[in-house]
Amino acid sequence: MHDVQPEPVAAPIPKPRGRAIVITSGKGGVGKTTTTANIGAALARSGASVVLVDADVGLRNLDIVMGLEARVRHHVLDVLESRATLDDALVTDKRVSTLRLLAAAQTREKDDVDTNAMHDLVDTLRERFDYVLIDCPAGIEMGFQNAIVGADEAIVVCTPEVSAVRDADRVVGLLGNREKIWLVVNRLRPALVRKGKMLSVDDVNAILRLPLLGVIADEPGVIVSTNKGEPLALDDTSPTGAAYRAIAGRIAGTDTSAPVIPTEPTAMQRLGAFFGGSAR
Amino acid sequence: MIDFFKKLFKPEGSSSTARERLRLVLLSDHLSLAPDVVESLKLDLIAVISKYVEVDEAACDVTFERQDSAIAMMANIPILAMKTRPPSPPPAPSAPPSAPEPPPSSFGTPATAKVAEEAPSPKPPAAPRRKRRRRRPGVTPSLGSAAPAPG
Repeated sequence: MHDVQPEPVAAPIPKPRGRAIVITSGKGGVGKTTTTANIGAALARSGASVVLVDADVGLRNLDIVMGLEARVRHHVLDVLESRATLDDALVTDKRVSTLRLLAAAQTREKDDVDTNAMHDLVDTLRERFDYVLIDCPAGIEMGFQNAIVGADEAIVVCTPEVSAVRDADRVVGLLGNREKIWLVVNRLRPALVRKGKMLSVDDVNAILRLPLLGVIADEPGVIVSTNKGEPLALDDTSPTGAAYRAIAGRIAGTDTSAPVIPTEPTAMQRLGAFFGGSAR
Repeated sequence: MIDFFKKLFKPEGSSSTARERLRLVLLSDHLSLAPDVVESLKLDLIAVISKYVEVDEAACDVTFERQDSAIAMMANIPILAMKTRPPSPPPAPSAPPSAPEPPPSSFGTPATAKVAEEAPSPKPPAAPRRKRRRRRPGVTPSLGSAAPAPG
């Protein structure tokens, strides 16, 4: 009696579009790339498929922090300008199989990137990955615009310094209406905060007023991990690694606990570190 | 003297300096106004308000706060007394306790309130009239049938 309607049963369930998150700060040197690498590694380790996009064209760094510099054959501009396919350019991580890197071009300039093409690329990546993390260059010029264009969400990285907070404040204004804008306070030194010699997390967020995703202490382990090209998020013994994993959990919505503000290491911990702890 | 001892026993960290510098720098970032411009704005505001009410100039405070994406100017201007004006109507002094917010304009409010009360009253009758007009096409047959009956 009824018209024969096409049965949608056989059709494969389409993968929900992945989330595109830009990691930005305005000011340079506050730890955007390290944050991107660690959050990406932590998300991927929990089973999600993740691609890290280095949008810092001309100053490629994410591959170094990830320890993948020797594997990079093609970069983001090769893909945008059709010299390489996306699959050729995506580098698989050494440790986590669900983690990919799309490196930036080192010998090109930020103005070489076409904003619309970048938007399309992020959209394409969102069809394939659960998370597209975009490592934004410092500044608020073209490179910044190209990095934020495809992202619905943003993570603002800020250190407890007047200049960093000021720049972060400016960036929050430029990000406009995103689905979500989070804050990561990086390089906190608990001892200095206690002595009143450093802005506290509350001081920073009294200005920025963003949902706090996590706080990362300024500790030697971070430097050691970048020396080696091994994200701390993959180190089960590192408290900073745990902090990055908690950040990833909050992004994914699996961790609803409030971020822990790092405290000073106890005398025993300091003694342990002195006799050859984790930081080498 | 007390400050000296305070500094001696608990040296103030530089974070308070950082906080204050941050506050000031962001203020001018958001406003694109120099601090001396803000100060002259404050003085102008006080001058204008002083025309209507007596204000405590020493306790006046004008600040700018960020509220989500917008910046709000918060003017805290304590009022010492109302300035009595010769043409002020008698209900004016009793107005501030009931409605403390608009004391300067309260002189004009009784008149405007009356107008506002009068204005809506003719409107409700107007609405039914319109309805009747709309109904007319439906009503006319009965009127039409009533009309031929006597004729």
